[in-house]
Amino acid sequence: MPATDDTPRAPRRRGAHPLARFLIRRILLALLLAWGITLVTFVLTNLVPGDPVAANLGQRALGDPAIVAQWRSQHGLDKPLWEQYLLHLQGVVHGDLGTSQQSHRPVSQDLAEFVPATLELAGAAILVSLVLGVAFGVIAALRRDRLADHALRVLSLIGISVPTFWLALVAFYVFFYRLQITPGSGRVDAALGSAPAVTGLQTVDALLAGRGDIFGSAVGHLITPALVLALYTIGLLTRFTRSAVLEVLGQDYVRAARAKGLPGRTILFRYVLRSALVPIITVAGLAFGSLLSGTVLVEAIFAWPGVGQYAYKSATTLDLPAVMGVGLVVGVVYLVINLIVDVLYGVIDPRVRLQ
Amino acid sequence: MKWDPLARKGLTGRLPEAWRQPLAVVGGVIAIVWLVVALAAPVLAPHDPLAQDLPRLAAPGPGHWFGTDQLGRDILSRVMHGARVSIPLTLMLVALSVLVGGLLGACAGYFGRWVDETIMRVADLVFAFPTVILAMVVAAALGASLTNAVLAVLVVAWPAYARVTRGLVLGVREREFVLSGRLLGFSAWRSLRVDVLPNVTGPVLVLATLDIGTALLLLSGLSFLGLGAKPPSPEWGAMVASGVEVFDSWWVATFPGLAILTVVLAFNFLGDTLRDALDPRTARAIKERAL
Repeated sequence: MPATDDTPRAPRRRGAHPLARFLIRRILLALLLAWGITLVTFVLTNLVPGDPVAANLGQRALGDPAIVAQWRSQHGLDKPLWEQYLLHLQGVVHGDLGTSQQSHRPVSQDLAEFVPATLELAGAAILVSLVLGVAFGVIAALRRDRLADHALRVLSLIGISVPTFWLALVAFYVFFYRLQITPGSGRVDAALGSAPAVTGLQTVDALLAGRGDIFGSAVGHLITPALVLALYTIGLLTRFTRSAVLEVLGQDYVRAARAKGLPGRTILFRYVLRSALVPIITVAGLAFGSLLSGTVLVEAIFAWPGVGQYAYKSATTLDLPAVMGVGLVVGVVYLVINLIVDVLYGVIDPRVRLQ
Repeated sequence: MKWDPLARKGLTGRLPEAWRQPLAVVGGVIAIVWLVVALAAPVLAPHDPLAQDLPRLAAPGPGHWFGTDQLGRDILSRVMHGARVSIPLTLMLVALSVLVGGLLGACAGYFGRWVDETIMRVADLVFAFPTVILAMVVAAALGASLTNAVLAVLVVAWPAYARVTRGLVLGVREREFVLSGRLLGFSAWRSLRVDVLPNVTGPVLVLATLDIGTALLLLSGLSFLGLGAKPPSPEWGAMVASGVEVFDSWWVATFPGLAILTVVLAFNFLGDTLRDALDPRTARAIKERAL
């Protein structure tokens, strides 16, 4: 996009490209927040009223002061709190998130197994949300105050009002148990086996292995949970797209394009959507957070072997290292996604990086 | 957005029109019905919500219109009594979030410098987590109870109010009537209370109305995860969770879920209308349409 006369020129400081400086600033900010996330999970772990020694050692070991002291020093519990935090940070940097009390395996190992399933589910859901949410929002804006607009308003408000965990249960009951039109729980029919793991995403792996049957089954298993998960974000994006498009429709350059006699379709796609998409992408990044939240409530119902179900099991059994590991990893994933969105935002809209 | 004392007349002037909107009326009626149910549940409910004296897992029918659960309790009575648990807690939760977030945000905006930096960086940190995940982590750390679930939701809910209040206070802080108050010798606290806060309450209250639904969803979600209400409390989220175990008896989970849905929907209908009426951008759009 060529700079017009009224756009401020980039101040040329230290010769760095404005986009590069923008990226560096965003990445530093993200690193700072990532550090903050480790601090939050550490503080919360130490808030726990329970004694970690009692939780981790057996009855007989607890009776022996020598074993207790050894366990405490082995886990750094005899050191001052700040030193414990440094140890914790060191562990996190090296991928050590503690041991799950439930699976008796390292939390990082558990999470590595479950993250791809959740990313596949949340990825499918954000795709559906973007397509449907933006389409509905554009329709509502173009048909403002007509029947379609009002209907979409009510529907999107219902979408953001439905408790996800309840909808998951209802969908499972109706479509699987009663109508038997969707496959049951899990990611793929067990009878088909599974494609060799390359990405950990069943659909992608099946395609890579050229197994159409597994791909079909994986998509079938994905549809219902992804739609249930997406309903909230569809509602959110519909509402947001509507107001973003309405805002752009009122701009002078759109009026000028219309006065010039450009066809409506050209105006919509080249002028309106292009500039409305910038804020929509930001909201989609934030909406990804509610999708990650939703997986905790949805995966448990559909027996989807992802981080959400792991979080649900850990929360209900009060398996604290696992819960904190989930908090840490999901927080960082969310951070990275929003970093990507921020960068996209800066790349698409030059005004942002000149601020 | 400029909120000065003179504009308050405009604020009240625009409201009645908003209330004539059908969505707001529907939302208002549903909300009032639920408030009545919450207040009068002991009189209205046909059974004791805790008594296990009916046949187990009976389908909806005469005598027990919403069916019974696996312990032989009447679900209709439990849903009605559940309103006494969920609705007051949610309202209290939102009020607390407004109070804590509003106060911190006002301080951040008014005093600026390190106060602003500290408060807003903590808020950023909360925003760095997906809400349910952070609330779940906090609730698990504090221990499973309904009070702790409320605290956990409070932890994730206050930053939104802090951010909005801070922005509004920043806009008002340098206005003449605030500066003249300071010149007259008002203390910072008095200036904040008398001159600044009345000018920011409107938008914050709209945000609060919009937030009631979200707060109820979060709170019942935590209970569904087993981190909130403890049995035998007739809390809606926990009731849905108990329906998971017997999901072929669909009525056990369906009715408490519908209760959550209708309450959240009512407040979202109200909040959405309120926002349209008070949002200057939408107001401008309406004006343009009239031209």
